[in-house]
Amino acid sequence: MTTATLTTQEITYVDAISQALDEEMRRDERVFLMGEDIGAYGGAFKVTEGFLKKYGEWRVLDTPLSESGFVGAAIGAAMMGLRPVVEMQFADFISCAFDQITEVAAKNHYRWGAAVPLVIRAPFGGGVHGGPFHSECPEGWFFHSPGLKIVAPSTPYDAKGLLKAAIRDPNPVLYFEHKFLYRRIKAVLPQEDYIVPLGKAEVKRTGRDVSLITYGAMVHLALEAAELLGKEGIDLEVVDLRTLIPLDKETMYASVRKTSKVILLHEDNKTGGIGAEISALLAEDCFDSLDGPILRIAPPDTPVPFSTPLEEFFLPKVSDIVAGAKKLAAY
Amino acid sequence: MLTRIAKNIDFMDTHEDKQFLETLVKALVDHPESVKINRTVDEMGVLLTLDVHGPTKGKDGNVHMGDLKRGMIGFVSHLADNMPVAAGAALAFKIRGESRVAFAGTGDGGTSRGDFHEAMNFAAVRRLPVVFFCTNNQYAYSTPVRYQMAITDVVERAKAYGMPGEIVDGNDVAAVYLASRRAIAKARAGEGPTFLEFKTMRMHGHSEHDAAKYVPRELLEEWKTKDPILRAERLVTQLGYGDASYFHEVGERAKKEVDAGTEFAEQSPLPEGRETLVGVFATEDEVHP
Repeated sequence: MTTATLTTQEITYVDAISQALDEEMRRDERVFLMGEDIGAYGGAFKVTEGFLKKYGEWRVLDTPLSESGFVGAAIGAAMMGLRPVVEMQFADFISCAFDQITEVAAKNHYRWGAAVPLVIRAPFGGGVHGGPFHSECPEGWFFHSPGLKIVAPSTPYDAKGLLKAAIRDPNPVLYFEHKFLYRRIKAVLPQEDYIVPLGKAEVKRTGRDVSLITYGAMVHLALEAAELLGKEGIDLEVVDLRTLIPLDKETMYASVRKTSKVILLHEDNKTGGIGAEISALLAEDCFDSLDGPILRIAPPDTPVPFSTPLEEFFLPKVSDIVAGAKKLAAY
Repeated sequence: MLTRIAKNIDFMDTHEDKQFLETLVKALVDHPESVKINRTVDEMGVLLTLDVHGPTKGKDGNVHMGDLKRGMIGFVSHLADNMPVAAGAALAFKIRGESRVAFAGTGDGGTSRGDFHEAMNFAAVRRLPVVFFCTNNQYAYSTPVRYQMAITDVVERAKAYGMPGEIVDGNDVAAVYLASRRAIAKARAGEGPTFLEFKTMRMHGHSEHDAAKYVPRELLEEWKTKDPILRAERLVTQLGYGDASYFHEVGERAKKEVDAGTEFAEQSPLPEGRETLVGVFATEDEVHP
């Protein structure tokens, strides 16, 4: 999935996130962390292990179980010139802080000009048998709220580079990190400081026949499907959005205008998801280039179920992509 | 002079308070502009008419202005959301070792929201330099306090968070000032947050369209006798700093200022429609230093 040279050490997606936090805290003393169990325990996923000892309790703040309260506090600290990075223990719990995110953080600069440089890290996604409250993909709720930026990296390289860019951005950024990828993918990262700019998609695989636009863990599913489709003579192009707001229309449109066919794939529920908006954009702006229907592959409109066969049924599969691409290729 | 103050104002419990009150009253009388925190009459006017000179440039109205240069954070209509934000500002002061204090509050109705409780709890746990207040004016829109909470005094809520609280006569300018000042001094000294309940009465409807027929007339009549402006005038008279002609002069001056502000607002141009699209995102140079 990711290319690696053998000269330096490979690190996991979750380690890339830790590295980004560590390097940004070292680079900029305004950066500090807040969240549940991030101090002595090092975070539910051990992203901040060792940070408390290194940076002290006022830069690695264990908070009460109080998402709205500590997101609000992070907003206040950000307005005063600090650079808070808040950890949601699971993205699912971000709903508790919905009001602070959408009404206070998102609208603040627009209403009276004060910037809110805030990052909220949210471990999201299924495939880990977490059930309805530990598997959600809540990015769609915030996609509809002007004033927020949203990123969702798919590789260790992007995880590190996008988090650094998010911390350096003067706006509230929701950073959706995929739990399924935490320890499943590795890469060798550059030794030097780098960022991945917000708002830039990446063509992960070039192809002639069908475009597939996706983000997060689904990128890897798409690449797997592309290998199978290649053997059957269908050349799939895979576009990894990386940032959902601002959306990189240029890269999406260039791909669709080339292939004339498009699949939109995501792990969030189908209705009102990111795919629905992209579908509308493509219909408005690329209608003349399309040679087939715009196809969405996404879970059904149910909560994420717990039991293994149910969750497997719920999540998009490689076979769904293969079937979809074949259908489109026939046009 | 000090004895005269002490005789009239029984809540003053320290020599320092007495001295400060005297200084304050003197400053108010001699140089009213020197104790104004903000020159806001013009700005309030343009905020209400929503034009380009307002602090929100027409993007928001009502009382939602903020200005970080004056240390003012603009609040939202979702009441009590400002309280975690204030706790966060206080957190920034504490992290940076500054001697600043955050001051924020809500009405009696707002204290039923989760954000109120989450802010109180967080601030108390971390002993943040913040003062929270509640303006208990007895009605949240049309709902009286007894239908909002099963307690009579909002200050009871502070106990649950291990936070000291105080009931203050909200219609006594000096009492409000001194209680706030004490709480701010405590916060500044690293002694953590305080909760102040200012008991008062809403004398009009929730807004201009609301005739407030649900409020018993007798209650309003009773509170009319406690008018905070009349009481402040009595205090100033008792202290020997002003008389009827002085209050008349101050009233005329204030009226002129408001009239001038209103005129400024009315003559100020409205924003262009396209301005709607400006300002959703901030640029790096707009981040508070």
